[in-house]
Amino acid sequence: MALLEASNLHAAYGQTRVLHGISFSMEEGTITTLLGANGAGKTTTLRALCGMVRTEGKMRFGGQRIDGRATEDIVRMGIAHVPDGRGTFANLTTEENLRLGAYTRQDRAAVETDLERVYGYFPRLRERRAQQAGTLSGGEQQMLAVSRALMLRPKLMLLDEPSFGLAPLIVKELFGILRTVNEKEHVSMLVVEQNAAMALDLADHAYLIETGRVVLSGSSDDIRKDDAVRRSYLGY
Amino acid sequence: MDALLHQVLAGLATGGIYASVALALVMIYQATHHVNFAQGELAMFSTYIAWSLINAGMPYWAAFFLTVAFSFVLGVVIERVVIRPVENSPVLSVVVVFIALLVILNSVTGWIYTFTIKTFPSPFPEQPLFGNKYMSSHEIGAICITMVVLLLLYGFFRFTPLGLAMRAAAQNPESSRLVGIRVGWILALGWGLAAAIGAVAGMMVAPIVFLDPNMMGGVLLYAFAAALVGGIDSPGGAVFGGFLVGVLENVLGAFVIGNELKLAVALVLIIGVLTVRPSGFFGKVHVTRV
Ligand SMILES: Nc1ncnc2c1ncn2[C@@H]1O[C@H](COP(=O)(O)OP(=O)(O)O)[C@@H](O)[C@H]1O
Ligand SMILES: [Mg+2]
Repeated sequence: MALLEASNLHAAYGQTRVLHGISFSMEEGTITTLLGANGAGKTTTLRALCGMVRTEGKMRFGGQRIDGRATEDIVRMGIAHVPDGRGTFANLTTEENLRLGAYTRQDRAAVETDLERVYGYFPRLRERRAQQAGTLSGGEQQMLAVSRALMLRPKLMLLDEPSFGLAPLIVKELFGILRTVNEKEHVSMLVVEQNAAMALDLADHAYLIETGRVVLSGSSDDIRKDDAVRRSYLGY
Repeated sequence: MDALLHQVLAGLATGGIYASVALALVMIYQATHHVNFAQGELAMFSTYIAWSLINAGMPYWAAFFLTVAFSFVLGVVIERVVIRPVENSPVLSVVVVFIALLVILNSVTGWIYTFTIKTFPSPFPEQPLFGNKYMSSHEIGAICITMVVLLLLYGFFRFTPLGLAMRAAAQNPESSRLVGIRVGWILALGWGLAAAIGAVAGMMVAPIVFLDPNMMGGVLLYAFAAALVGGIDSPGGAVFGGFLVGVLENVLGAFVIGNELKLAVALVLIIGVLTVRPSGFFGKVHVTRV
C-alpha cells in the first residue's frame, strides 16, 4: 500500500485553476521529487496535501482519506510541511520555534532528546538557540524550518524548495542531512525543487509537472536520462 | 509632599486596573489586529454577575473566582458565536460588531439591573492596613491582585506550551497550523483570558467608582491610552502604560487641571502618542532578514 496517494487532484485560487487532475503516489521510506518550472503548480500541490487550498480529488495518507480535512488534523497524522518561504516565527527564539514543532506531542522526555538530535544535525542552531529567529540568515532559517518539521517526528516530510536562495555549500550540507534523516530515521520525503540535478540525486522517484499536469514520471535514473528533461531542466 | 505621595500611590492602584484592561486589549489586538471596544462593557457585565452572586449570599472570594470562570467561558462563547463569523470581514464590519456588542451588553445590563448605581463590596478591611495614611486597604489590595494577575499571565505566556502557542498563533497563523496548533480555538482562548482579566479589573474598580452600567467607559478610555502609550502590540508596554496613565491622571487631576478634566488626560495622551510616536514606547521594531 502506498504511503501517500493523490488521484485526479484539482485545485484553484478563486477563479484561477492551477492543478488540472494531478495523480501521483509514493511508497513508505522513499524520497520522491516533484520537478517543474516556476508556476507549474508544485507549491500548490504541497499546499493541497495539507488542506491549505480548496481541492477536488482524492488524497490518501497511510490508507486514510485526508482530502477535506483541516491542516491541523493532517499535521497530527504525521505530515510535516517545510513551507515555501520557510514559515519562520520571526519574533520567537530559535528554540521556541523548535519547541513549536513538537507542539502536538505528549512525550516530553523524547522531545528533549529530539531537540538535542536536531542541534546535532545543525550545530549553528544550537549557537543561535536564544536568538530571535527573524535575525537568522536565510540558510539558518531553512535549517530551522527543516528542524522544526523534524521535531514533529513525522512519517512524511513535504519540503518546498529547500535549496532556494542558499549557497551551494549549504545546499550540499542540507541535502546530506535530509538523506541521513531518510536513511536512519526512515522519514519519507516529498521534495519540490527547481534545482533538478540536486533533487534527482536525492530522490528515488520523480514526477515532472507542467502547468498543473503530470507530464512524466519514473525512477530518478530514468528521468535523468530523458532527453527533454536534460535539455529543459538539467541544462546539458 | 504628603499629598503628592498620596496621589501617586492612589494612581498606582487605579493604574493597575487600567494596566489589566490594557493588557486585555493588547492580547486581542495581537491575535486579530482589532481593538475590542466592548472589552470594558464585558468587564462591567462580569462585575454585575459578581454583584448578583454576592447579593445572593455567596462569600466574596467564591463569587470572585466563579465570576472569573464564568467570564472566561463567556469570552470564549462570544468569540465562537459572534466574532468568528466576521473573522475575515473588512475592518469596518468588525468594528460595527464590537460597537453592537458594547451597546447590547450595556443595555441588557441596564434592563436587568436598572441604571441606578449600586455599591460593590471590597474584600479588604475598611481600616487602612498597617495604620498607613497614604493608601486605603482596597487600593493596596487591588494593586496586589493586579500584580498577581499580571505575574500569572507572564508565567503562562513565557513558560507554558499553550502560552507559546498563543504567541505563535498571533504572529503567524499559517505556520501555526502547520505545527498542529488549532488557531481558531487559540483565538477563542484569547478572548476568554481577556474577559477573565477584565472581570478582575471590574471587580477591583467597582468599589472605587460604584457599580453602574457605564462604569467602565472611562476605564476603557484610560486603558486604551495606556495600550497606545506602551505600544498596542506590547503586553509589557501596556502594563507600564497603565500605571503611568493612572499616576498621571491622579496627579494632574489633583494639582494641575482639576478632577473635571481628568478624562482629557487620556485623550491628550492618545492624540499625543498617535502623532508623535505611533508605535508607542515599547512597540516592537521587527527585525527580519530575508
Ligand atoms: N495565492 C494565489 N492566488 C492566485 N494564484 C496563485 C496563488 N498562488 C499561486 N498562484 C498561481 O498558481 C500557479 C502555480 O503556482 P505555484 O503552485 O506556486 O507554482 P510553483 O510552486 O510550481 O512555482 C501560478 O500560475 C501562480 O501564479
Ligand atoms: Mg513554489
